[in-house]
Amino acid sequence: MLEHYLSLAVKAIFVENMALAFFLGMCSFLACSKKVETALGLGAAVIFVLSITVPANNLIYNYLLKEGALAWASPQLAGYDLSFLGYLTYIGTIAAMVQIVEMTLDRFFPALYGALGVFLPLIAVNCAILGASLFMVERDYTLAESAVFGLGSGIGWFLAVVALAAIRERMRYSNVPAGLRGLGITFILTGLMAIGFMAFSGIAL
Amino acid sequence: MNALRKLLDSQAHHFEKGGKLEKLHPFYEAVDTFLYSPGKVTRSASHVRDAIDLKRIMITVVVALLPAVYMAMYNTGYQIHKAIAGGALPLDRWQTAAMQWLGLPFDPSNVAACIVHGALYYLPVLLVTFLVGGNAEALFAVVRRHEINEGFLVTGMLFPLVLPPTIPLWQVALGILFGVVVGKEIFGGTGMNVLNPALTARAFLFFAYPAEISGDKVWIAAQTSPDGYSGATALANGAVGGLPSIEQTTGGMSWWDAFLGLVPGSMGETSVLACLIGALILLLTGIGSWRIMVSGVAGTVLATLLLNAIGSQSNLLFNVPFWWHMVLGGWAFGLVFMATDPVSAAHSNAGKWVYGFLIGVLAIFIRVLNPAFPEGMMLAILFMNVFASLIDHFVIRANIRRRKARYAV
Repeated sequence: MLEHYLSLAVKAIFVENMALAFFLGMCSFLACSKKVETALGLGAAVIFVLSITVPANNLIYNYLLKEGALAWASPQLAGYDLSFLGYLTYIGTIAAMVQIVEMTLDRFFPALYGALGVFLPLIAVNCAILGASLFMVERDYTLAESAVFGLGSGIGWFLAVVALAAIRERMRYSNVPAGLRGLGITFILTGLMAIGFMAFSGIAL
Repeated sequence: MNALRKLLDSQAHHFEKGGKLEKLHPFYEAVDTFLYSPGKVTRSASHVRDAIDLKRIMITVVVALLPAVYMAMYNTGYQIHKAIAGGALPLDRWQTAAMQWLGLPFDPSNVAACIVHGALYYLPVLLVTFLVGGNAEALFAVVRRHEINEGFLVTGMLFPLVLPPTIPLWQVALGILFGVVVGKEIFGGTGMNVLNPALTARAFLFFAYPAEISGDKVWIAAQTSPDGYSGATALANGAVGGLPSIEQTTGGMSWWDAFLGLVPGSMGETSVLACLIGALILLLTGIGSWRIMVSGVAGTVLATLLLNAIGSQSNLLFNVPFWWHMVLGGWAFGLVFMATDPVSAAHSNAGKWVYGFLIGVLAIFIRVLNPAFPEGMMLAILFMNVFASLIDHFVIRANIRRRKARYAV
């Protein structure tokens, strides 16, 4: 059993890395990776939000939205299928969670709160976060599985964004052609990093 | 020698600012500094005076590569001749015609014939690499007004050695173009690249054209016959049947064969002996990092012992001992020449330990655990290249924290 969860985590972190295998959450991945300190903060926030929202959405899906999920409330409701409300509900949950993270950071880590700026609220519409919830629904994860999956995806995204930030800090001294400076070279860099992450593609766990 | 210096000096004014060949200054500069240590000094502090500049370092690496180059030529020819002696037919290519025209026998025991036949495969690849990659490098140097760096010399020597002999030449051109331009030049040239350019080029071909270059098959340049010349690499065989299958590769292969490099594989990577000689040169001159090599070996040994201890009934590669892992595939070549690349590796000494160790561990894990890639060295190094900067970042952070604590700021 432990082996199963371990392989799920490895898969979520490396094989199906949110940022470098699915290219999800690119906006904040590219925008918040100029400094390692900021990237560490953002990555930690993503880990936190992911590992809460995916299991939360799993509960919502299994006990409210799925066809026949409402049977626990009363037998008359067993026929309803509310899964068309999925997107709305997941985003709602995510937005609420992000609000909580934001208030916590504002209260206890004001420096990090300042550094993340507008990107913290933007996590609410970060496709990596919503993507993880949708993957969870598509793959029919149980509650425990979705908790592991959420945490793993978060760690994977965290690793990718922090590595990118470290490379970009080093690249401050690089003489990049004028037309590619800034986002252009970062996109290419992301592609090259994805080649590095290809090492794990194909691992069947 | 003096006449040469005078000739260079007498032509210098054409290439200076205002001269008629001003645009071609990188070419002049490249020839001049290649032949003589430049007299230029930095304008401000800090100034280190050392005869071993970048060009001398790169040349030393090329010298260290020479045994591998020799083995590339000999072994490529030897594998063809061995296959033919085993009943395979020669390929219908110009190399075969050239051998017949030269009147050389397809005889595995004839060293000269093996070398000539191997060279007929190796040299065109080398030539294309240098023509295409060198021109791309020169073009960037002229347009962006930087110097032509000898970094490409090493990239250009490494790249053909990690290719199979039968690779189409247009793929060689495409690969090296990707490696030099996307892997290095757009980041600002030598010293600025994130991934190792030669490995970037190979990985690009590896993922773009898996039919011609992949880890599970090797291309002996002969039409293989049905008598057991399977054409699968030792590592791919190992994935099927463990160590006994590895020893069956191409009709019997001992540890010593693999150590000497008389096994099929990418052209220059098969011989561990050649890599050891190269490693010795790099270590004695202090150019290759011993920290990366030692920790890489340690990582491989520990990872293999761990897998041996776990064991597995379904995946027999679990049981392959580390001394076999070290002579198979590109392990030795990658660790000596690719992982120690001073630009794409971790820069700090503590970082190098971590970097090398993780390469060793990852290479074995990918080999054993990832059925998609029987060979893990290339991908392990690329993966760690991505994280090298991060390792350095934390080493530096830790250093700052330690010093702050020491002075109680």
